[in-house]
Amino acid sequence: MLEVKNLTKYFGGVCAVSDCSFEIKKGKITALIGPNGSGKSTVFNLISGSIKADSGKIFFNNQDITNLPMEKISNLGISRMFQQARLFKNLSVSDNLLLALDNEDTKFWKNILGINKITEEKKERVRKILKEFGILELENKPASDLSFGQKRLVELARTMFNPHQLLILDEPVAGVNPKIRQNIAKLLLKLKKQGETILLIEHDMVFTLELADGIIVLDAGKVIASGTPKKIKNNKLVLEAYLGS
Amino acid sequence: MGHIAFFGIGAYAYAILALSGFPSIVCLLSAGVISACFGFLLAIPTKKLKGDYLALMSLGFSFVVYAIFLNWSELTRGSLGLPGIPRPIIFGFDFSGNAAFLSLVIFTALFSWWFIHRVTNSPFGRALEATRDDELAAQSLGKNTAKLKSLSLIISAFFAGIAGSLFASYITFIDPSSFTFTNLIPILLIVIIGGIASLPGTFFATMLIVLLPEFFRFVGLPSEIFGPVRQIFYALTLILIIYFRPRGFYGKIDLE
Repeated sequence: MLEVKNLTKYFGGVCAVSDCSFEIKKGKITALIGPNGSGKSTVFNLISGSIKADSGKIFFNNQDITNLPMEKISNLGISRMFQQARLFKNLSVSDNLLLALDNEDTKFWKNILGINKITEEKKERVRKILKEFGILELENKPASDLSFGQKRLVELARTMFNPHQLLILDEPVAGVNPKIRQNIAKLLLKLKKQGETILLIEHDMVFTLELADGIIVLDAGKVIASGTPKKIKNNKLVLEAYLGS
Repeated sequence: MGHIAFFGIGAYAYAILALSGFPSIVCLLSAGVISACFGFLLAIPTKKLKGDYLALMSLGFSFVVYAIFLNWSELTRGSLGLPGIPRPIIFGFDFSGNAAFLSLVIFTALFSWWFIHRVTNSPFGRALEATRDDELAAQSLGKNTAKLKSLSLIISAFFAGIAGSLFASYITFIDPSSFTFTNLIPILLIVIIGGIASLPGTFFATMLIVLLPEFFRFVGLPSEIFGPVRQIFYALTLILIIYFRPRGFYGKIDLE
């Protein structure tokens, strides 16, 4: 589904991602792990189009998406959750989700003439996903009033709500309390059963090993190992890079 | 920040067309459309800018427009200005009298209110709010934020142009000095006092900023003091609002 080929990215003289190649299979959860500064988030930024690659290619469903604008990549079916919650703070939780539903809201005349409206059916769809995430009571709350964990849940719900074929999640459980962590783990396991394709970055190894079908390990911007969780757990190179000899 | 330029473009467009003998309704609408076209042109180089950089670029645009008003003498008569701008006659209704002109202004203000209310309360308005709050997050949801920002600039330039045309036809004389940075301050003050992203706030603040200084006329102040007193009133209001009510009276978001 997603193929990254020889991807390279420099920030000034620092090589953040170096000749990085890997593949994501449809219907699988793949985790991208590595120590801090290994280039995981840069790879995510390159895939989602928020920064441009210096060289290399990214293919999504056999289509070259390298350096396409972020909105085009999203519209092709890659939905992204950020490492830091990026909710629209002055909008309600419901509005945050409605924005992810479609792009009819960017058509000026369609909206002014009342052809595109916020219908009860759309609101019901929002309520359904909020209920699924156990946060229905937050529906009308402004995003700025939410706690850190609630923001993570709403952002995950919004990422899910955005029409997609591939979900890319940047540390979905980082900094959340154990209860919300457990909720997110349950939700992701449910998504796994539903056949969703997910690429995630996560530092929590227990969480990652429990969830992922495959793991890709990055160190200093290079892929140093890839394979099943069992194989990765016993890989000497990974233990050295990730845990420090 | 570029609003004073769009206001001026609307005023000059109306004045030039009206003095050339075009029907008033054509002049009024053309003023809005021509301003909107300049809004579109400004949107092209500014589409990747945000925050302070966007504000500086649009401020620069207003200085460029002022320089054109001043130096393109063949079209604008430069600092001599354009006198004798006719008041509008629309579909046989003569708006020369002050009462009639007031009714035209009220009608235009109500129409503008209705239209902008419709924009801001539609899903399109919500997409604009999302772009304002977090452009990157809006892009990650598939929104073409460059297009959204261009459209918002075009819409606001259109209404600033219409306001400029009403100003030119009311005063009947315009020159570049009416469209300088100094004239931008009351516009910004209205936004800050009323509150960002608030239509009722804009209405309330306009009443306050435009009408309240007029009371100083009845105090019997000499004309050379009246001007500075008005400036002091603006400055004091701004300081008090920022200190005690940073969201303005009806604002939804803080000044950042």
